[in-house]
Formats: sequence, structure tokens, C-alpha cells
Amino acid sequence: MANVIKLRKGLDINLQGKAEEKKIQLKSNGQYALVPDDFEGVTPKVVVKEGDKVKAGDALFVNKQYPEVKFASPVSGTVSAVVRGERRKVLCVKVDADAQQEFKDFGKKDVSTLSGEQVVNALLEAGIFGYINQLPYAVSTNPGAQPKAIFVSALRDKPLAADFEYEVQGQEADFQTGLSALSKIAKTYLGVGVGSKLEGMKDAEVTVFDGKCPAGNVGVQVNHIDPVNKGEVVWTIGDPTVVLFIGRLFNTGKVDLKRTVALCGSEITSPAYVDMLVGEELSTLLSNSYDASKSVRIINGNVLTGKPTTKEGFLGAHTSEITVIPEGNDADEMLGWILPRFKQFSVNRSYFSWLCGKKQYALDARVKGGERHMIMSGEYDKVLPMDIYGEYLIKAIISGDIDRQEALGIYEVSPEDFALAEFVDSSKLELQRIVREGLNILRKENA
Amino acid sequence: MHAFRSVFDGFETFLYVPNDTAKAGGVNIHDAIDSKRIMSMVVIALMPAMLFGMYNIGYQNYAAAGTLASASFCEIFFYGFLAVLPKILVSYIVGLGIEFAWAQWKGEEIQEGYLVSGIIIPLIIPIGCPLWMLALACAFSVIFCKEIFGGTGMNIFNPAIAARMFLFFAYPAKMTGDQVWVAQSSIFGLGNDLPDGFTAATPLGQIGQGITPDTSVLDMALGFIPGSIGETSVIAIAIGAVILLWTGIASWRTMLSVFVGGAALALLFQSTGSSMEWWHHFIMGGFAFGAVFMATDPVTSCRTTTGQYIYGFLIGAMAIIIRVMNAGYPEGMMLAIFFGNMFAPTIDHFVVARNISKRLKRGGTK
Repeated sequence: MANVIKLRKGLDINLQGKAEEKKIQLKSNGQYALVPDDFEGVTPKVVVKEGDKVKAGDALFVNKQYPEVKFASPVSGTVSAVVRGERRKVLCVKVDADAQQEFKDFGKKDVSTLSGEQVVNALLEAGIFGYINQLPYAVSTNPGAQPKAIFVSALRDKPLAADFEYEVQGQEADFQTGLSALSKIAKTYLGVGVGSKLEGMKDAEVTVFDGKCPAGNVGVQVNHIDPVNKGEVVWTIGDPTVVLFIGRLFNTGKVDLKRTVALCGSEITSPAYVDMLVGEELSTLLSNSYDASKSVRIINGNVLTGKPTTKEGFLGAHTSEITVIPEGNDADEMLGWILPRFKQFSVNRSYFSWLCGKKQYALDARVKGGERHMIMSGEYDKVLPMDIYGEYLIKAIISGDIDRQEALGIYEVSPEDFALAEFVDSSKLELQRIVREGLNILRKENA
Repeated sequence: MHAFRSVFDGFETFLYVPNDTAKAGGVNIHDAIDSKRIMSMVVIALMPAMLFGMYNIGYQNYAAAGTLASASFCEIFFYGFLAVLPKILVSYIVGLGIEFAWAQWKGEEIQEGYLVSGIIIPLIIPIGCPLWMLALACAFSVIFCKEIFGGTGMNIFNPAIAARMFLFFAYPAKMTGDQVWVAQSSIFGLGNDLPDGFTAATPLGQIGQGITPDTSVLDMALGFIPGSIGETSVIAIAIGAVILLWTGIASWRTMLSVFVGGAALALLFQSTGSSMEWWHHFIMGGFAFGAVFMATDPVTSCRTTTGQYIYGFLIGAMAIIIRVMNAGYPEGMMLAIFFGNMFAPTIDHFVVARNISKRLKRGGTK
């Protein structure tokens, strides 16, 4: 029996438009792009030029700081553009896919015969090492530091999240290979939800997390199993599909960045799953899937941590959902401070929607209030199941007091851990941005 | 138009929920709660106490004149309404006026904190307090207790407590004693002109002077006793408490532990024979009002849950100590909350320090 950790704090937001367990067949339009910003903390150095021919698995860019960390092209084809933004920042590297896909062969390997170092080298070589993140700082990791442990969360519990149990069906062998490979590097922990079919996985210590969102956050799981202390590094895989990428590499010798994505949200006419490659353009998927005359927000990811994108955007490296919700900039709702507002979800019972029981809400992207100083107390702590005083940590970050941030446990958090707190915050502070900026400053200071 | 941007925005957000949508890099959806709604709910929770306070002001006037039997409910209520309304208006006009001007000067959005303070202040003063004093107190509390600290959310002391403290120490004759608790003159033909030198002490004041009050326990619980405008009826305050706790706006931990702290000390004093029955403290004076509406102010109370238990207990206990041990101040709630506010950051500091030392003990390389 696996260990069970019960979490009492948290919040499940019940939204309309959950993906049905069936797959849409999609024909790609051949447009792909890898976005460096999907890999937190990576400054890219592009290693291809426009017009270059690449195979699936060839590097498109590398981490400038650690050039051995490459980022593989998801498809074979021709590099069509290196798109740059302000101050020549690389926004994405575009590839026009060939009709016939060619894969660079890295050779099948029997994981049980490999050492940790060989596994790391294989991942580096194949350009998928950068998909592994780390704590502290919640950034894409580097091969320099030996991790204390590796944590994988196979529980996706954010609103409308794609169910990993559904995605992994038929690919259990790849998942097992991925876990076995990771366990060669360091002790590996796997966090799953209640009733998961992955409980029987080997080579990893399995822990069942019984609780509301954000029990699936890998940072929350680390905090409960083996918290990060100053000076320690753990590798985290909050996106379990990455384990499939790793498993496929060793089982087939190919870089196969296929993932099952949920097309969901209250604006989607028929929410369902779809198989896509990392970096695939969203336009084919999104055409005719919602009412284009409405003002909507297309989110690369889930409603809590995803980034707004457009129809011409590309599937993010760690994106398991494409969510479409109303933008709400045309809502013009009157007298919100006093009307009952049955349709508005709130944790706070000062709205009368609690009368309606467990219904599903179609929330829009409005902030629904002005930014204030922190007024209410304890709001964050109710949805932050970690042994951390969130409010005090946020204040320490805002005031730039690094010693206090360390004392309060900044090395244990990532921005996504504060996503629910940001959702419930009545003062409407941008907590994820505050935490991200705090982590970035700290990383620079400690470098 | 530009010159009045803050004020204009203030009114616009009052009419409409802002259509601004979430920025990239954060959550894409938000809970519907905002500080406007929270403050509105607190004001709603204060309504029963306010309405009853108005009725009681009328009731006390008619009772003092001995014409209670011949007056209708409407007459009594409207007399009280007319007596209390100017106080509420003055409080809001002065307080919000300063807030608007301040926000405009700083180029910030208007913050809603004063919506609550502005209604609490008139409810915790005697009806005999002149309007100009009230205006002065409101101005003092908004400027020196809130805005110079950075506005709502940054203040150390509860602005309503500050306003009352200001009045109490600057104009004690109009805040305490036995001449200020009953409205003394008729308004627009309603009510009665009481003879000069009419006096009526609060039960708590009588006890302070060593007199056994002649009011029944039922009257004290229902609130038909002289006292500050909104504080007399425990029933009306209880309705407010239910609203605050049910909506989750006020911390039940703070509220409960104020009563626990009060009960503990009152029982102690009762057992040594130096005080009345312990639970009488809760139905007299401002104990219940302070516990429900003022100790629970999230900004000036403890922010950690552990801290809230200690903070509440401290306030309840201190209020009873002041009431019983210090004959000069028959009402201890105001000072107790003031001290509670003062100690809240320190209490939180120790609670957070425990978390910090636990993290340090866990180790890791330095």
C-alpha cells in the first residue's frame, strides 16, 4: 500500500466545459514552434538558422548558461523563422514540418543497465533534459547540481485539467521506463491521486495525495514528503507527460513529444481530448470549436496558471489543456457590491451562489475588483496546504527582504503554489507575478 | 474631468463591476469577492444594531419624559432616526471627504475602508456628543490613524477606536458621566424636551459608582438601556455576528476568544467576590459590540490563526480587568481593543518565528 497524505486545505473550482473522455482527430497544418519562455529561467541561444533542415530531436536552441542543455525540435522540417521581440529576445523558433517525419535516432536503451550519469547524458543529448524543473526557484534545471531527490506528480487537479490517468492509458510501459530512468539519478517519488491506476508503479516511492487542489502541485507534495532546505536542490516534474517523453526516448530511441491535451472551457462547444505535439499551432484545433463572434480568452494551459494566447499561438511545452473562457470585458455588470450575484463563484458566502449547491460555473477573466493592500487575513493560508505563512512570505518579497524570504521558506515555493491564493484574494494582488519576480531576484543574488 | 479622476473612478466602480480582465502571468479567473463587497457586508451586518439603536434613542427619550405609553412605535423610531441621522451623515461626509481628497492628491483609487468605520463611529458614541466634536474625531482618525500609515490595510489602530479614544480623552464630559446618554430635546415636534440637568447613567456606569443598577437582565439583553447608540442590544449585535461569521468575513477565532477571555476573567472576579455575575459583563456596555465588530477588524487584529486566539483572549480579559479594577473607566472595551491592536503584530511575530525556527532546525547546508 502506498502512503496516503491527507490535505485539508485547498479549493476545487467547479467550472463548465470539462473535456469528455473521447479524442478529436486532428490534422496538423504543419506549423510548429518551440517557445523558450515555456522553459522557466532559460535564456536561449538559438543554434539553427532560417532555412536549416532539422529532424525531430535536433536542437533548436540551447540554454545559454548551460549549453549542454538542448531543446529538441518536436518535428522534422525546415526552420522557417526565429521570431524576436524587444531587445532581440527570442520569442519562438518556427519549424515548417515535412510531410514525411524523420526522427533522429538516439538508440534504444535498457534503462536497468544504465547509470545515473548515463541517463542524464542521454536526456541532454536528446534535448529533453530541460523539461525537468527544480526547486528552489522553480526553474528548468541544470545538470550541474546533484538533486537530493526527484519528485513527479501524476495528479492534475487544477480546474478543468486534463486527466493524466486518461492520457497514460496504453502508455504505462513508457511511464514505467521513464520513472526507472529517473530513479537511476536520485531517489524518485511519485505523487498520485486517490484511486489512481499508477499506484503500482515500481522504482519510485508512491504517495497518494487525498485532498483538494492544489494537492497535485509538485511543490506541495515536496513540502509534505521532504521539504527543500537552503542549499539543497530537488528536481520536480509537475507535468507527468515529461516522464512519458523520457520513457519513449529509452524505449524507442526517438524524441516523441506527443501529448494528450484537453480542449476545455465554458466557451468550447464540445470539450474533448486531442493528441498534439509540443509546439503545434492551435489554429486548426480552435477553428469552429467556439463562437468566434464572442470576446473570449484562449489560455495555453489551465485557468489558474496558463498564459493567454491567440488562435495563432503554439501548444506550450508543459501545456496539458487549451482552455477557452469568456474574456468578460463586455460584461458591464452593475452594482456588484450589493446584488446577490448567483452566477458568480465565491469562496466567501457574501455572494448568494452558495445557495445553488455544487453547480458548475462559467467564469470570465475579469479581476472583479480593484487592487488593494492586504486587508483580509488568512485568505491565502486556507488554500495553501504547505507549512508556510503565505501572507508573510508575500510581504517579505514585496519589501525585498531576502533574509526574511529565506527564513519563511521561499526555496520551497513556486508561483503556481500561490495560484489559488491569487484566485481567492479579495485584495486582487498579482501573487504569482510577485513570487516569480522574487524568485528571479533571489536566483540572481545567489548565482 | 482629469482633475477628479479618483472620485470619478470611485463612482464608476460603485455603479459597475470593473470590466478589467486578468493580466498575463497570473490567474485567468478570479473569485468574485473584493474589498467593496466585504465592506458592504460588514455595513449590512451593522444595520440591526443601528436600527435598534435609533429606536432605543427614541425609547429612552420618551421613557425619561414619562410619555412612553402614549407614543406609537413610529413616533419613537422616527425621533431616534432624526436624532442619529445627523451623526451618521457628519461621520460619512467628513471621513469620506478626507478620503476622497487624499486619494485624489495621491492619484490613487478610493479605498472603501471608511464605509465601515464611518458607520461604526456614530454607533459607539453617546447621543449627547455634539456634531462638531464628532467631525473633529472623524478627521483625526482618518488622517492620523489611517492615511499617514498608508491607507486601508496599513493602519495599526482601528480608526473607529481611535476616533472614540480621541473624544474620550479630549472631551470626557461629553463621552461619559450621566448627562449624555439620553437625547434631551425634541426634533421637528417629535420627542420631548427634558428638563435641564436631567441625568441617566448606564448600568455599567452605576456599577462603577458602586450602585446596583435597577435595570432588568432582559432589558439589558434586548438593549432598552442608556448607552452608546449602537451598543445596547445584544440581540441586534448577535444578528450582525451571525452575518459576519456565516459569510466568513469575520474571524470566528477572534470573536470566540474575546468572549472566552472575558468569561475567564469575569468568572475569576466573580469567585473573589469583586464583580457581578460573570455573564452580565457581556450584556452591558460595549463588550459585545466591540467583540463582534471591532476586535475582528482583520487589518488591526492578528493575522495568523494561532495569533487570533491569543489576541481575542487578551482583549476579552483586559476589558474585564479594566472594568472591574479601575473605577475611573467603567467601560474597558475601547482600551482593551486599543491595547490588542498594539500587541497584535508582536503576537504574530512570535507565531511566525516558531515557523521560522522549525525551518532552521530542519537543517540543510548553510
